[in-house]
Amino acid sequence: MIHAIWLLLLLGGTVVAAGKGQIEKVTAAATTSAQAGVEAVLGLLGIMVLWLGMARIAEEAGLIRAIARGMAPFLRWLFPSVPRDHPAMGAILMNLSANLLGLGSAATPFGLRAMQELQKLNPNPLQASNAMCTFLAVNTSSVTLIPATIIALRAGAGSRNPAEIVGSALVATICSTCAAVTVDYLFRRRAPGE
Amino acid sequence: MAVLFQLLEEISRWTIPVMLAGIPLYGWWRGVRIYDAFIDGAREGLEMAVRIAPYLVSIFVALGVFRDSGALDLAVDVLRPWLDRWGVPGEVLPLALIRPFSGGGALGITAELLRRHGPDSYIGRLASTMQGSTDTTFYILSFYFGSVGIRNPRHAVAAGLSGDLAGIIASVIAVRWLFYS
Repeated sequence: MIHAIWLLLLLGGTVVAAGKGQIEKVTAAATTSAQAGVEAVLGLLGIMVLWLGMARIAEEAGLIRAIARGMAPFLRWLFPSVPRDHPAMGAILMNLSANLLGLGSAATPFGLRAMQELQKLNPNPLQASNAMCTFLAVNTSSVTLIPATIIALRAGAGSRNPAEIVGSALVATICSTCAAVTVDYLFRRRAPGE
Repeated sequence: MAVLFQLLEEISRWTIPVMLAGIPLYGWWRGVRIYDAFIDGAREGLEMAVRIAPYLVSIFVALGVFRDSGALDLAVDVLRPWLDRWGVPGEVLPLALIRPFSGGGALGITAELLRRHGPDSYIGRLASTMQGSTDTTFYILSFYFGSVGIRNPRHAVAAGLSGDLAGIIASVIAVRWLFYS
């Protein structure tokens, strides 16, 4: 799947640029985007180092395990294939909590940690497990209560009430998360194997 | 409602500072060698960042070529008449298409729409809601799966895109319902 999408984007872009007689734009876009990709990694570096350091303290102190136990019933329902006390549960929980609070950058390190732990439970390391698909369905649909960036952007653009879209965004994000989890659930039911 | 929003805003303002101070304090209280633990975890973060760099560059380049070549605009033009019928202004279409691929790109489009149409216009409110309702599906998929070497994402793509589509439809309905009914 990722192969086809990747090829489609590269090929589609090149063909269209050639058709429009502006093939040099492909070269420019590739160069600047590669640079932007590395810059994105650098931008994440500090936050990842900081939060994975914090996560390790929390883990060694038993904090994550304790919180995860409290949320266990909900997570067990979402992730039936992950053992109750597995570290993956804790990382998933921290990721979802950070996302809920609109702390996207703090959520990412926990998300990557969760993927590592889920990979340890995965019988086929090249193929996503059911639990991974569910985890990503929840993550990609975003469960943010406070879209802080957007509110700041609106305030900057001179809105009379920058936070007025919190309500509509909440309705929309609940719908998107329900849809993603439902589709994931239907797939999981139809093909229960890994 | 206003009180609830204010409360949520306060919580999001306090969470990081409380975690920064609270986690080490709790660890110290539980007898963890907190500084050593932090360094161990932080080193893992460094290795992880290095490992994901190739995945990020590959996606950024493909998306950059697709967008800057004009292929994205072409896709928008094809879809525009179809969406007009549903009360979705063509102006927000690039945002809907970019949203699953590039968080930075989507934010850029939203900022531009707010500037051109005003943050309190229908387009401005719709763009703000859409931006806040879903996340960057393909970025998260490639980023998270890439970090552990997964090649076959199975139904995660279908689930993520269903969420995006539902988010866009729900944004249109919610904005009309909350602001214009």
